[in-house]
Amino acid sequence: MISLAGRDILHSWPKFVLTGMGLGLLIGVTLSMAGVYRGMVDDAEALLTNSGADLWVVQKDTQGPYAESSSIKDDIVHGIEGMPGVALAANVTYLNMQVQRGSDEARAMVVGIEPGKPGSPAHLVAGRPLTRSHYEAVADVKTGFSLGDRIRIRRHEYDVVGLTQRMVSSGGDPMVFIPLKDAQEAQFLKDNDAIVNDRARTAANPAFNRPGVPGLLDAAISSQTSSHSVNAVLVQVREGFSPEQVAEPIRRWKHLEAYDRAGMEDILVAKLIATSAKQIGMFLVILALVSAAIVAFIIYTMTMGKIREIAVLKLIGTSNATIASMILQQAMGLGLIGFFVGKLSATLWAPVFPKYVLLLQSDALRGLAVVMLICALASTLAIRVAIKVDPAEAIGG
Amino acid sequence: MQSSIQPPSQQGGIVVEGLRKVYGHGETAVEALKSVDMVVGPGEVVGLVGPSGSGKSTLLKCLGAIIEPTSGRMVLGGKTLYNDAWTTKDLRSLRRDNIGFVFQAPYLIPFLDVTDNVALLPMLAGVPNLQARTRALELLRELDVAHRAKAEPSQLSGGEQQRVSIARALANRPPVILADEPTAPLDSERALAVMRILNRMAIQSQAAVIVVTHDEKIIPTFKRIYHIREGRTVEEAGEGRSLD
Repeated sequence: MISLAGRDILHSWPKFVLTGMGLGLLIGVTLSMAGVYRGMVDDAEALLTNSGADLWVVQKDTQGPYAESSSIKDDIVHGIEGMPGVALAANVTYLNMQVQRGSDEARAMVVGIEPGKPGSPAHLVAGRPLTRSHYEAVADVKTGFSLGDRIRIRRHEYDVVGLTQRMVSSGGDPMVFIPLKDAQEAQFLKDNDAIVNDRARTAANPAFNRPGVPGLLDAAISSQTSSHSVNAVLVQVREGFSPEQVAEPIRRWKHLEAYDRAGMEDILVAKLIATSAKQIGMFLVILALVSAAIVAFIIYTMTMGKIREIAVLKLIGTSNATIASMILQQAMGLGLIGFFVGKLSATLWAPVFPKYVLLLQSDALRGLAVVMLICALASTLAIRVAIKVDPAEAIGG
Repeated sequence: MQSSIQPPSQQGGIVVEGLRKVYGHGETAVEALKSVDMVVGPGEVVGLVGPSGSGKSTLLKCLGAIIEPTSGRMVLGGKTLYNDAWTTKDLRSLRRDNIGFVFQAPYLIPFLDVTDNVALLPMLAGVPNLQARTRALELLRELDVAHRAKAEPSQLSGGEQQRVSIARALANRPPVILADEPTAPLDSERALAVMRILNRMAIQSQAAVIVVTHDEKIIPTFKRIYHIREGRTVEEAGEGRSLD
């Protein structure tokens, strides 16, 4: 038996291909939306993996440093380094900001690190790591910065000495690594006018000008103008210890919060990007409904255009099953064309997106199954019409 | 030609006795066919004429097993298909295997080539593709359109399309062919050519052919004509004018 659907498709292939391409672009958008969500999850995973930490020690009763602000003193790290099971511990600061290069700006997460310790970029694609204590930076290639560029962070200029890759915040912003002291200053230091005002206010306080206590005012002012806070301490656990074994005494004795990898994943994936995930989920549902409506409309219109032929087919003995199968196969054919166009277009335009779009094969396969299901469901309306066609319509009268 | 026509019998042709068709119920009921009696022998071509609303289309649909009569008896190709009720539930197969249809417009399937338009019917009946196409080519050759076997219907002239539709009607060797105004859109010469073909194929395949028509060009060519008026048939002798 010849394939009626196949012949019809071949007969009017320009219409099929153009319709399939239109549907394909819609499917491409759907796959890209899924890719945006996957990219967000992958960014979060990359952030945790690239930090090189087993534990994140943050301010008590916070879910920092990525989902909430967290501020702890930078000398806490020494106490943590001495605790059982700790192999390495390092202070780290995170600050989302606009980084300037000449007249250009790039959105970035500025990370203050202690070079060679947890939190440093895992690998470089060009240049060298930070070696000086001040005014050097290693940037992710997505910032658009190049080796030798001079970038401005707050009041100071930094030389880009190294480039790294896939070092992004949970929001997808590329990272710029600078020495910890510079980052602390950038994050916590006030501007000159504010410092002058604070000094004047402190000096006017009689409590700091008591007779017989020389140097009290200088000490108070010094503590105001220097920063000793960081956002977190990243800890690498010694072999033979579990992260929880190390975290438990930190929570108990240091009055800090300590999260292991699973806890941090829960915060980043389940909490931080949960709303975005729901937003994308809503888009996916709407796009699926729009796709279904388009396929249903196209197949319905195509079927209505063949009512006379269907009546003739029924009159000469074609079964309803054969006619239904023809319409179903056409809907599926349209879905297949649409899927391949959609997959191709999503693959082509994904790298152009400003944020990471991760297209997984498993998502593509799931997408194919959903497209086929939608096409099958969308064809039912046309099939109902075709089955109701009276063979007598071929005769007229 | 007359000699080749067999008398209607249990072996072939069409026998219709007291066929009635009532649309609707109660006070709104319309009796479209009151009592139709017809006999068409194998290899015979008869005309069915009548004014609009006389019941021609209803009779054609009853004979074609498209609508169910209210009562009466129909024997097609030696098989009793209706005797106050259908004798089979599978009307689709009944139509496919016993009745060939030729329409006013050819209504060829636009996405199949000429060969497959004709071969589709045998294929639907389960004949292997190769065999069905061989049969289709034989018919196309007999109807002088074999040279367009690979063409699409839209590439054919009106006359060629009508010949292909006749080939399709004959593809399953049905004992009965029902033609609904087959010459209406054709000029005189082509209309007569179609009638020549129908007569030739009726004799060759021993099919009983009923041609519903208003066409004054072809009415004189029938040897027998059934007039249908107010739901009843009246048989008349036709002129039987030569088609040569």
